Amino acid sequence: MKKITVISGKGGTGKTTLSANFSALAKNHVIADCDVDAPNMHLLLEPHVEKERNFSGGKIAVRDAEKCTDCGLCYEKCRFNAVNEDFSINPVKCEGCSVCAEVCPVDAIHMEAALTGQLYESQTKYAPMIHARLKAGAENSGKLVSEVRDKAEERAEKEGKDLVIVDGSPGIGCPVIASLNGVDMALIVTEPSKSGLSDLKRVVEMIEHFDLQSKVIINKYDLNEKMADKIEEFCNKHDLEVMARIPFSPVFVDLLREGKILVEEKKDSDIAKTIASLWNEIIDALN
Amino acid sequence: MNITVLSGKGGTGKTTVSTNLALSLENVQLMDADVEEPDSYIFIEPDFKNDYIPVNRKIPVVDQETCTGCRKCVDFCEYNALAMMLDEVMVFPEICHSCGGCEIVCPVNAITEKDRELGKLKYDKNVGDRNIEFWQGEMNIGEESSTPVIEALKEHINDKKTTIIDAPPGTTCPTIEATVDSDFALLVTEPTPFGLNDLEMSVEVMREVGIPFGVIINRSEEGEDDLIEEFCEKEDINIMMKIPFERKIAELYSDGIPFVRELKEWEEKFKELFLAIEGEINEENNSN
Repeated sequence: MKKITVISGKGGTGKTTLSANFSALAKNHVIADCDVDAPNMHLLLEPHVEKERNFSGGKIAVRDAEKCTDCGLCYEKCRFNAVNEDFSINPVKCEGCSVCAEVCPVDAIHMEAALTGQLYESQTKYAPMIHARLKAGAENSGKLVSEVRDKAEERAEKEGKDLVIVDGSPGIGCPVIASLNGVDMALIVTEPSKSGLSDLKRVVEMIEHFDLQSKVIINKYDLNEKMADKIEEFCNKHDLEVMARIPFSPVFVDLLREGKILVEEKKDSDIAKTIASLWNEIIDALN
Repeated sequence: MNITVLSGKGGTGKTTVSTNLALSLENVQLMDADVEEPDSYIFIEPDFKNDYIPVNRKIPVVDQETCTGCRKCVDFCEYNALAMMLDEVMVFPEICHSCGGCEIVCPVNAITEKDRELGKLKYDKNVGDRNIEFWQGEMNIGEESSTPVIEALKEHINDKKTTIIDAPPGTTCPTIEATVDSDFALLVTEPTPFGLNDLEMSVEVMREVGIPFGVIINRSEEGEDDLIEEFCEKEDINIMMKIPFERKIAELYSDGIPFVRELKEWEEKFKELFLAIEGEINEENNSN
């Protein structure tokens, strides 16, 4: 089984739209939406949810005001400013470390499982899909990402699928690293802007830090061809293959608004052909 | 006054709004809190002079001589940042949250702490003809948690200025950290189903943390904005500004040029936006 994660560093470059198109082209695969902060894949693939469960990725401190003697030890020891001056707990700031419960001399604080979000196992018309919804303001998005990725791999294993397509999140931190754990290839989708290049540089450094195989796609390249050339130059220096340049097309946005997928709706368009041949190249590179 | 610019979805135009707003006002401090991928510097062009303030986090150091291998620290750590390998306790610094718990539970005082750099703060206190005070947080590559860098950045908020914070995308800890102490939040979205879906999540978070907010529609298009407008009307949310979907604006962005520099009429619009924000904050204060 092969695993591929689509990331971008910068947000809004087209990760999800491309992942959805790849999903329409792929055969015998499972899809995982690991952008649990802002999951959007379901808007394009319209999954039918078969299983839903709560996921708890951590703990949260709960104080019993009756037992509390206002000694202030928890306030003193908490490094996350999660204990207020009246010794109540601020759930938004609490990182679930348990130090307050440990130091409390009268056992007035205990730890409870904190709800991180919901995990869904679904079916789309292309493939099974694993996705999640993070509870607003929840901690531990990285753990939920790992859970989505693990579940997708488990599902692929069980059903004899030979590929997992993971849609990652923007940035280079915890959720991104979690979505890349153990994958065969990272596909980096970038755009031809100064910000796109600046963000790409940091992603590539992160990828090199973890020694992952990766390839680059320049999306909307014709919005600024000079910048697209600069990006390609940077990639060459880092021995990174630019697999494709995809032109900007208002059709993408129009179809997105209708919840439709380009390679299916406009099969014979040039842009659909570009994406289809790109997908074949990706499969070749994976094998 | 302290305004945070954020969005659930990435790439909706947070940096565009933050930098153009900063360049339209007087006496501004701009903070780039998108510490995983900071981009505001491209539009502001500060001179950091190779200087920075390190952001450190405390991580445990285990004295293996003193350690009895009792495992109390390993069992206590909620983040699995400590593990027992043969007879030694190993520390995984990238996933340590620096809570100090292991040091507290160690019965033989075998654990001490040392500083470890996980990010940097860069600054230029006087940029360009607008004399912007610019700060940028940067998470070091390979690190997992960006929140401490944002916390450190916020310690430099200048109360005598209008502070604009360019937040990271999303709805979790880093975005919330960048927002929680603000007087007002600007939620930037775009008129697509993705934009709407992520706006709904951002609104949920803003209501949870209790910060007044308004919406900006970027890449606004005649006939396409209904999606966002209907939601905002239903939820009683003000749409404070629309930035049209224009090739010129996109091109300026891609070349790293703030569009208020080329399209002068926008400076006035951003000034009006600021006045509207002040109005909303005053209204909020009066109703409390």
